[in-house]
Amino acid sequence: MYEIIAFYVFSALTIGMFGIVVMSSNALYAMSALAGGMIFISGFFFILDAEFLGVVQIVVYSGAIMALYAFGMMFFDTTRDVSEKMRSKKIAYSLSISSAILVVSILCAPLVGESVESLYPSIEGVGNVQMIGVVLFTKYLVPFELAAIMLLVAMISGIVLASKKMDEYLAIEDEEIEDVKEGK
Amino acid sequence: MITLTHYLVLTGILFSIGLVGVMRRTNLLMLFFSTEILLNAINIGFVAVSKYYNDLSGQLFAFFIIAVAASEVAVGLGLLILWYKRNGSVDLNSLQTMKG
Repeated sequence: MYEIIAFYVFSALTIGMFGIVVMSSNALYAMSALAGGMIFISGFFFILDAEFLGVVQIVVYSGAIMALYAFGMMFFDTTRDVSEKMRSKKIAYSLSISSAILVVSILCAPLVGESVESLYPSIEGVGNVQMIGVVLFTKYLVPFELAAIMLLVAMISGIVLASKKMDEYLAIEDEEIEDVKEGK
Repeated sequence: MITLTHYLVLTGILFSIGLVGVMRRTNLLMLFFSTEILLNAINIGFVAVSKYYNDLSGQLFAFFIIAVAASEVAVGLGLLILWYKRNGSVDLNSLQTMKG
């Protein structure tokens, strides 16, 4: 019973939040709504007995990614309204048709996959986090290490790209200060 | 009782919202937000399938998708800041420099 109520409440909240993200013309509202939607999605993970992913969703998405967006938006002019226009009706029609096909195919997917058998069935009495740890460090060890290297590369590239010429700007300001002091 | 179909319908709805955002927005930052919505919708689908077929692979795929999304944001925002410093705009139309 509680599961049904929680599912419908969380789905209504998530759809509403993501609707704001897509439709709002203010970048700050869109970002706040996106952060809220991420937290509500972690609620689905807790309903589905995936506690580890729920915590990871809150920590990584709402913590790291949204903080990164917030820092990135300091570089942009966010008070101005975002301009947008629907270019043609063709886009709207193709979009609605493709989403309809998408929903139908997603609904038909379980009918096709009736004969699916589970590779890693969860064991009674073993927690979700423990099971994920066992499977992650045996079967998925190589992808895990590759993901670690990928995150390292992404971090270095982010630092290099965002901080390019940032020291020069600071140096120029220092020189200007020195000029002002010497002028006095 | 909530079945797998409920979760798949929700996944479809959220993915469609993300697709609308990708088609509708011309601001690059807003396009990044829409791609985050797409990734999150698929994550819900993976975890739901993982629960109802009693298989942990879905949750692990969702975990790797989160890792990919984090690195995508780091690189994408770096490029976006660089582009904004150079052009003073993050609009998609400012990228059309090869227009004849």
